[in-house]
Amino acid sequence: MMRLHGFRGGVHPPGQKHLSAERPIESLPLPSRLYIPLQQHAGAPALPVVTAGQRVAKGELIAREHGVTSAPLHAPSSGTVAAIGGFTAPHASGLPLPAILLDTDGEERWIESEPLPDPFSLSPEEVAHRVGAAGIVGMGGANFPAAVKLSKARQAGVHTLVVNGAECEPYVTCDDRLMRERAEAIIDGTAIMLHALQAPRALIAIEDNKPEAIQIMRDACRQDARIEVLSLASRYPAGSAKQLIQSLSGLETPSGGRGTDTGLLVHNVGTVYSAHRALRYGQPLISRIVTVSGGAVAEPRNLEVPLGALVADLLNYCGGIASEDCARLLMGGPMMGQPLPGIEVPVIKGTNGILALTAAEAGEAHPSSPCIRCGRCVEVCPMGLLPLEMSKRAHHEDWLGVQSLGLSDCMSCGSCAYACPSHIPLPQYFAFARGKLAEQRREERKSAHIRALMEQRQARFERQEQAKAEAAAKRKAAKKSRAVVVEEDDE
Amino acid sequence: MKVNSLAGAPHAHDGDSVSRLMGRVLLALLPATVYGAVLFGWPALNLLAITVLVCLGCEAGCLWLAGRSVRWGIMDGSALLTGVLLALSLPPWAPWWIGAIGGGFAIVAGKQVFGGTGQNIFNPAMLARVMLLVSFPVEMTTWLEPHPWLSGSAPSFLEGLQVTFGHFTFTDGMTGATILGHARTELVMNHPLSQALPGHYQPGFAAIGWTGGSLGETSAALILLGGLWLLWQRAITWEIPAAMLGTVLVLASVFHWVNPERFADPVLHLLSGSLMLGAFFIATDPVTSPVARIGQVVFGIGCGALVYIIRTWGGYPEGVAFAVVLMNAAAPLIDHYFRPRAYGRTWRGQPRPVPERAKKRAAVSRDSGSGPA
Repeated sequence: MMRLHGFRGGVHPPGQKHLSAERPIESLPLPSRLYIPLQQHAGAPALPVVTAGQRVAKGELIAREHGVTSAPLHAPSSGTVAAIGGFTAPHASGLPLPAILLDTDGEERWIESEPLPDPFSLSPEEVAHRVGAAGIVGMGGANFPAAVKLSKARQAGVHTLVVNGAECEPYVTCDDRLMRERAEAIIDGTAIMLHALQAPRALIAIEDNKPEAIQIMRDACRQDARIEVLSLASRYPAGSAKQLIQSLSGLETPSGGRGTDTGLLVHNVGTVYSAHRALRYGQPLISRIVTVSGGAVAEPRNLEVPLGALVADLLNYCGGIASEDCARLLMGGPMMGQPLPGIEVPVIKGTNGILALTAAEAGEAHPSSPCIRCGRCVEVCPMGLLPLEMSKRAHHEDWLGVQSLGLSDCMSCGSCAYACPSHIPLPQYFAFARGKLAEQRREERKSAHIRALMEQRQARFERQEQAKAEAAAKRKAAKKSRAVVVEEDDE
Repeated sequence: MKVNSLAGAPHAHDGDSVSRLMGRVLLALLPATVYGAVLFGWPALNLLAITVLVCLGCEAGCLWLAGRSVRWGIMDGSALLTGVLLALSLPPWAPWWIGAIGGGFAIVAGKQVFGGTGQNIFNPAMLARVMLLVSFPVEMTTWLEPHPWLSGSAPSFLEGLQVTFGHFTFTDGMTGATILGHARTELVMNHPLSQALPGHYQPGFAAIGWTGGSLGETSAALILLGGLWLLWQRAITWEIPAAMLGTVLVLASVFHWVNPERFADPVLHLLSGSLMLGAFFIATDPVTSPVARIGQVVFGIGCGALVYIIRTWGGYPEGVAFAVVLMNAAAPLIDHYFRPRAYGRTWRGQPRPVPERAKKRAAVSRDSGSGPA
């Protein structure tokens, strides 16, 4: 067994995985309409390549990537493009984002594809390219395009692929079920990614609250000496990439640097599974496993959902929510999840859970009281920051002060607020400070731009003045010389 | 559907709160408080009640003046705790006005002028104790010998009221010096400790608390019990008590070893005076102590060293209140210099490159490490 190093801080929220952990993955019945946002990944939104009224096959490209850090989108099912327009984003703001609306025909007609070559006969570049072309992004919630990560990591000389099956967020069990039910596929995906990375070793990290998954994954990787399954002590946020790297190697990602600086690359199990589907079957990322759970959900379940299905469809399939009990409706886990503006929002590539929590579960009863400087937030902060000092400065609108205390290192894991006896919503202060700092930077850029324009204008005036003066001087000289000529003529 | 007040993550909480925290501390003080009340009878209970009521009254008044929620301010339990801690540190038969002035000073000048809960620089109870000690040295150093409840020497309820509210003069033999006070007086007169202590100090009695002293500070064992429970409850962390007691232990051991006739032994230091109460219940006050664990160690060492210095060379026989108040003043400075190292940064706060050696080691361990089972 490899020695684990552990990480600083962290909290032990009740797992609540029992609500859904024993429910096998079920397929959500195909909704009649899918809403596919163009922005489901970090980076620039994808560009649509279909028009309204066009018929598409399942798996057909409907939007291509735009720029280096971007990902394409594919039709989650066969049907007709109804429209391309704004639709409510799965975000607390509830603002509309551009999306492709697809009316499904229920035929599930796949796009025709050529026979696939053995992935191990392909070059590493080609494997990474295919992962990118399949629209695969980090499925643990980061949504970063996987191909970009793969090719950068190979260039950085990464020696260990870490397959993240920690799933440290309470309630969420989609990775647990995936590992239990499709272990072989994950191991195959791991081997494919190792090939793409040209790396000699993979570690599959799973929190010890999932003993079945650990056992099944160990059995599945017995044939491959390069792959090892590690059991992590359950502690939030063990599954955060930085903390996972630290647990496994004792190394820290430098502040502002990349995880690959440590020689390790972290991919979520869902991402690895999607790579397997793409390279073995030519299936792009068009569906994912979503856990629907929480005390206000009638029947918690794990569902395989086509991207673009509405949260309402998922909740209906799970017996609906008792709306009088539901205090929070979230996308993601309770520690970092986004509150949803309603149930009419689509599932995207990074959606691992839909939770309907009761007031008791969400811990809503308390208003916040003054900070008593107990230091619990400092104790639990996995990044070693001083959350109470940061929130104090944010409270006093000292944005630069917040920044100097390491705001950029904060990953909004929420451990501080979870442990705060004064119930201070610390991450909200940090989010607000981030917004203010971004605003300041925008203003600075704007004023720098204006200053540059002013200077250019000034320079232009000066040039014109100079040109005028020169012209005048020339004219004068010419006049003089003409006068001289005239005088000479007179002679 | 009535979903979502738009609260941000996290949507979970461990369920603890300030009032529960204060409640646990009060519960941990209960054994020592009950013991003090039994040992010193009705006057002690009167004093406790007056101090607490004045604290609560002043807190409510200040909150009302400031236009804040009186109910929430009182509910957090911090004023109650301040009152109890102050009362426990007072001479048990002190007159009512000592408790009243002390309680009022603690809340108004010690806490509310700074902005209320969480804003004060000094521990309110200790600030009031220092003020009382400096202003009313006679009343604050009249130490009653134990007059346990139900024993013949215990005052009745009415006699208790007379002690607290009326004119009461102590007769000879009712009072005596504390162990620390006695040792100090004897040393001033150049009597060696080997002659001074026998008959006056017995470690067993000091541990149980069968001795003269402050209302709730005499029983080191019961306070230790409460403190350990708090540690187990995670209401306090071990750094401050361990550093404070450890420092006193080390300093007392060293000096006692050098000259046992001049310097009292470490057990006497640990068992007497307010040290136990100070280490577990007062120096650990979250508001006035450093937030980072490393800073808490420094703070605890400072408290312990000051306690020993004041006890041994200072003008007062006991120095816990002074030591804590002095270190409270230093806490912001400690917080500034002793911070945890942030992930991925050096101690100085610069991005910390991955050390090449460690990186290689991590890469090598994959080759030499055992394969899958």
